Parts: sequence; structure tokens; C-alpha cells
Amino acid sequence: MTTKKLFLYFPPTKIDAPIVYHLVKEHNLTVNIFRAKVTPDENGFLVLDVTGDDENIESGIEYIRSLNVEVNEQSKGLRWEEEKCVHCGNCVPHCPTDALSVIDRQTMRISFNENLCIQCLSCIENCPFSAVKSVF
Amino acid sequence: MKTYEEINARIEAKKALVLTAEEVIGYVERKGLEQAAKEVDVVTTATFGAMCSSGCFLNFGHSKPRIRMSEAWLNDVRVYTGIAAVDVYLGATELRHNDPANMYYPGEFRYGGGHVIEDLVAGRKVQLFALSYGTDEYPRREVRTWFEMKDLNQAIMVNPRNCYQNYNIAANCSEKPIYTYLGMLKPKMKNLVYSSAGQLSPLLNDPLYETIGIGTRVWLAGAQGHVYAEGTQHAPSVNRTSLGVPTEGAGTLALTADMKQMKAKFVRGASFKGYGTSLALGIGVPIPILSPEILRRTTVRDCDISAPVVDYSSDYPNKTGKILGTLTYEQLKQGEVQLGGKTVEVGSLSSYAQALEVAQLLKEEIQRGEFLVTRPIAPLPAEGTVKPLVIKGKKQ
Repeated sequence: MTTKKLFLYFPPTKIDAPIVYHLVKEHNLTVNIFRAKVTPDENGFLVLDVTGDDENIESGIEYIRSLNVEVNEQSKGLRWEEEKCVHCGNCVPHCPTDALSVIDRQTMRISFNENLCIQCLSCIENCPFSAVKSVF
Repeated sequence: MKTYEEINARIEAKKALVLTAEEVIGYVERKGLEQAAKEVDVVTTATFGAMCSSGCFLNFGHSKPRIRMSEAWLNDVRVYTGIAAVDVYLGATELRHNDPANMYYPGEFRYGGGHVIEDLVAGRKVQLFALSYGTDEYPRREVRTWFEMKDLNQAIMVNPRNCYQNYNIAANCSEKPIYTYLGMLKPKMKNLVYSSAGQLSPLLNDPLYETIGIGTRVWLAGAQGHVYAEGTQHAPSVNRTSLGVPTEGAGTLALTADMKQMKAKFVRGASFKGYGTSLALGIGVPIPILSPEILRRTTVRDCDISAPVVDYSSDYPNKTGKILGTLTYEQLKQGEVQLGGKTVEVGSLSSYAQALEVAQLLKEEIQRGEFLVTRPIAPLPAEGTVKPLVIKGKKQ
């Protein structure tokens, strides 16, 4: 079993296929959606984890691409700008997955582990220095 | 025992032994107090955090024809003009014109006085808009122009209250989230927020104000400034430990320095959701080691410093004076504490990492012979409390 984080970018045209249903039902994938905004006639996005056999993940991605939806596995939904971060640590108790954490209790420096981020965006609301930004 | 003059002679000869307030702890443990006091010349202390009582005086020079500004805005943030013709005072917590504040609660407060100050120090262009009623010698009624720091005659930061000696730890015991100057506090005390550099903090290393006084040269965001007065709300008469360390707010410093010499990294506009805007500053203060006792006080550790936990949903706004308990900075820096029978997550609004950097930068400046220590021209008051505002009629 593999888990992959996928970033889907929807073109500003109407796509009425129930994508998630097909991923679950026909490609046997477990889907965990983090963030989504899909509106007709506008650019949209969907950020999700898919879990399943490599083969099924491949066929699922192929299916999504056949709908003219861009699939990106490298994208980042959230950007931590280290040069803007003052390492105060106010974000840390608000991050539910420890993606933002104090890496060294001697220096109290903060680091961002993107793989743990579920894009709840609470860091953005709680950073006084705008050091975290959403790319969407 | 050393004198200020002897220490400065060693600094000028680039022979001074300078340690940060963190390094000095281990140094004294190894060498012993008496020996270390002979060797160490200066201990550098520092802090980095939001200091709402910050602002600056700016002078624009005169336009042709002249204007006596009676109302003015910088990037739409109102400045105080009730002073001479083209002088203004810009305060860190001033909001931008048309900011809805908390009308859409909790407000975002994305840009305010603190951000204008950050923009100026970072060398960014800022828009000035000023109005006037017009006078015979100042006939211009309106001006709109762009400027940057180098165009100003003076830009002097003047902060009536910085470097709080110690500070509350904020909690929220209510059933709903609250938004404060110590950040968002989750309901039912799910998190605590503190704001102090603890063992690095200037006034915690000189708790009885033996070397820090009026006239002391300080490192204010990279510029050499000085303490110009006791800070507002300076209240030294509080409970203290046997080392003299206050277990609550206590002393404060009023600081000033030339903003043109400041480093942008240590002057940062801040937005607190639901509260407002502020300015975060990096400040360093050197402590000359005049005696073993002064050295002993600089070896204070996070485990020796405690602060009160205050409920910001009721006890703080209603000024009940009640506290939920006390915690040391050593406990707080673990990120999790036990309080009221449960485990609570801890966040911070001051940056220990940036304070460490300031202490190191100041240490290097002293080692290079570029930053001398100063004998205060007057001490800070050693006694005093904060008076409350009593609401009363004219004849009461």
C-alpha cells in the first residue's frame, strides 16, 4: 500500500464527473481530502491523499488526467517563508500534526515538515508575521 | 571589582572577555564566581518580541511652498501631527484608515503602524498624505508624495515601554476561543502563551537595576541607542525571589535610537488577529561586570525564573488579580506543562532564537571595540507600583 499526496488543478470549464467516487469505486483507492475549491468557470483545486496499490494509484491518476485535470505530485499547498519567520513559536500549539515544530529546545528554532502538513491553515491565522502563506 | 573605565579600556583594546547571558552560566560554574568576576568584562543580554509601546518621530523637511501638517497619514496609517510643522509621531498600534477592526470579529489587522515602521527600516517606499488648514507662512493645504527612509531628515525611534522585566503567561478558561495580544487562546485552557526571553532577558539579568539605568547604551534593532527614562508602568515593588528576580511584570525601559541605523530583521510589523497591530523588536543590553554580585545575577537560569498564569477570558480584563498558578521558563520551553491536573500545550510570542542572535551580535560588536558600556546618568527607580485608573467625577 502506498499513500500519495496529489494536487489537482481544474481548468475553468465545467467538469461534472464525480472524481472522488470513481477513485474509490473503480480504482479501489482510499481518499483523504485536505482542501478543495471547485467552482464552474473558475480555476479550481483539490488537495488529497490517495492510498492503495501502486497500480491503482497510477490508473486513478490516468483517469483524472483524462478529464483534462492537471495532476501534480510535487506541488506545495502551503509555503513557510523561513526568512520571514522570527521563530517565536506561536504557531506550534495550533498545528495539529506537528508539521510546524520546535526542532531544538536549546535554540528554540522552528522548522516546517511539509510531509506532515494537512493544510488546515491554522498557522496562517496565527502567525503575526505572515511567514506562512497558502499558494491557493 | 572593575570600573566602567577599566572595562571600556579593555573593549577599546579589543581585549574584553564578553559572554552572552547563556554562555556565562556554564562559565561561572566552571571557574567559580570570584575567578570568573575577575575575567569576565561584559555579559550581553537580549530579547525579541512584540512591544506595543513603540513608535518614531519623523521629520520630512519643507516643501515649496511650505505646509504645516495638521493631519497626516503614512500608507494610510494616521500619524500624530500635534507638534512642529513637518514633524510627526507614528505609533506601532495605529490602524490603517478604514480597517474594519473588530467589526468583523475577529479582525485581521493586516497592516498598521508597526508595518509602516518595518517598511521604512527595510528601505521600502511609503506614501505620505497630509492636510493643513493653511497659514500665512505655511500656505500649502495638501501634499501627497512618496518617500523612503533616506529622504527623511530624522527618523528617531522613541519607545516609552520596552523590555518588560517579566510577563504574564496567558490562558483562556472560558468555553470559546479568545483573541489577545498574546495570540489566540483556545477554550478550556488548551494552550498557554508566554512572552519573555527568560534567562537571556535584559532586566532578568540585572533584576535590581544595578547597571541598567537612564543613559545606558543599548542595542536597539542594530542601532546604538540608549535608555532615556524608566519605562511607563515601571513597577519594581513586586514579589521577588531570593536572587531578586521578580515573579511578575515589574520593571520596564524607555528606549530611543536612530532608526536609520537599524537592521530590518529586528524591526518587524506584527498582526494579532482580533487584537490589532504591533511592532516586534530585537533589543540587546550589555551588563558590565563591576562586581561578583552583578556577575552572579547574570547567571540566572530559566529554572530560576517563574511567571504567573493569568486567565485572559475573565481575570485579566476584569483586573481581579487572581492567578491560576506559576510556571518557570524551563517548564514553558518544553512545549508542554502540567497545570490544573492536565497537560497543556505551550506557545511563545517572543523569539528566543532571535534573542540569542541579538546577544551574539552585540557580543561581537563589543569584541570588535565598536560598542562601549556606559555609566548611567541616573538610576532607574528601585521602588514603585502601578496606580490604577480610578473612574470618578470632577469633585470626587
